[in-house]
Amino acid sequence: MHISNGRLFFRIILISSATALLAGAPLFLSSAKSPQQPASGAAVIAQQSASPIATPPYPTIPAPAPQRTGLNIVVIDPAHGGTDPGARGAQGIRESDLVLDLTFQVRRALEAQGFQVLQTRSGNENPSFDDRSTLANAQRGAVFVTLHIASTGLPGTARVYTMPESAATAPTGGVLGWDHAQAPYVTLSRRFGDAVQGQLAQRFKGSPNNAQSAAIRQLRTTGAPAIAVEICSVSVQDRSDLDRMMPGVADAIARGLATFRPSYVLPGEPGSRP
Amino acid sequence: MNGNWRTWVLVGLGFAVVIAAIYFPVLQRRVKTTAKIPQPTEEQARRELTQAVAQSPLDAVVKTKLFWTSSEDESALAPVTIELALSKDPVLRAKQVLNTLLAGPVDSDLRTLPPDAALLAFYILPDGTAVADFSEALATSTPSGIQSEQMAVDSIARTLESNVPQVKRLKILIHGQELDTLAGHVDLTQIFVVDSKTAQRGAITLDLPARLAFPPASTAAAPNSSVAKESRR
Repeated sequence: MHISNGRLFFRIILISSATALLAGAPLFLSSAKSPQQPASGAAVIAQQSASPIATPPYPTIPAPAPQRTGLNIVVIDPAHGGTDPGARGAQGIRESDLVLDLTFQVRRALEAQGFQVLQTRSGNENPSFDDRSTLANAQRGAVFVTLHIASTGLPGTARVYTMPESAATAPTGGVLGWDHAQAPYVTLSRRFGDAVQGQLAQRFKGSPNNAQSAAIRQLRTTGAPAIAVEICSVSVQDRSDLDRMMPGVADAIARGLATFRPSYVLPGEPGSRP
Repeated sequence: MNGNWRTWVLVGLGFAVVIAAIYFPVLQRRVKTTAKIPQPTEEQARRELTQAVAQSPLDAVVKTKLFWTSSEDESALAPVTIELALSKDPVLRAKQVLNTLLAGPVDSDLRTLPPDAALLAFYILPDGTAVADFSEALATSTPSGIQSEQMAVDSIARTLESNVPQVKRLKILIHGQELDTLAGHVDLTQIFVVDSKTAQRGAITLDLPARLAFPPASTAAAPNSSVAKESRR
């Protein structure tokens, strides 16, 4: 699949925005800390207390926590919002509301496993595709999960989508443009997607065993392993049918991410390929 | 004489009144029926014009594969083979198969494209990139969702792939314009690969730049050779 060029100036602006956000990234971080950070700090204090002559008369600066070599941040994207309700079903079911509820459940499941979680929205707002991607692109060691409810499809099933292999083709030479941010991550995204889809298939009969390919606009500009999870569907007669699926979907994402985690090791230099 | 003449005139007038009385309700019904027929919109008028793809007597009747929703799996496409008189000209041929695809299968539940969508224009660039311009209904009436939107695009691409070998890639426009997405999910800013052989070649000749545009926040972690090698393959 070839992605069209164009809007170069707009892309430069977006890349600048991403860089600017990079500097302020910690402001967006969840209050939940990495499980390694408090553990390392505690270890430093314990060693100092054990030696009476090592206690300095001035405040000590804890040694920096060892940096993880893999992912530890998950950006969850409840799709749509604001004036865009997404798919709408009978009895007032709105995709934008449902995915927000699902996001909170996914967040709890991920935080229980020690991941830091960021959300592209927490209320009824509708950030742009690029704003949502920016949040993931400004993190190091992040993965991106966008959540959707379908209009159609077999109710009670769930599917994971990643960008097709052909999306890995990007213009050669120079920096990688914003429009092709997903290109280097297509293989990793597929591996992540398969891990989550395998978990979903165990819980929801009729779901496929492997992730599907789709040219999703939100994923194209995301420079991280990125998947879309879509639950079927708003066509159910009662919203409770979808509510009952949410804990299983949240658990499947958390377990799939735990399976994928060891295979994602960060590159050594800024801007280098995964 | 005068009396007879007056009598015949009165009989004639009376006969005319009776006929008018009988015909008036019929006329009234016709007026009401005509008023109920909606006037064609600009889009409908354009659709009728663009759908009038001239069929030549020289067009050969061939087996044509059209991709609609599978009757066994609503998340998959399945080919349906029908006999159509198709032009040898690739543009006319593409219009004929796409208009048939838009008309939909016998079972309307298996449609992949909305019934009110229309093909407004179609042309093929010298490099094999086809540009298909659809009416706004394709964007506004396709059910919002990754699966439904991808199936809509796939049904168009696979139908073209099966019947118009000259088409290698596909650009979808909506009323002459490029949209960000079809109905909120599937990316319409890109060009879809239609020819599967071309798609495979693209994947094999993958050549990525060494740097991303946006540097990660930290530089401390060591590179992992196994992952890096795999992504380069």
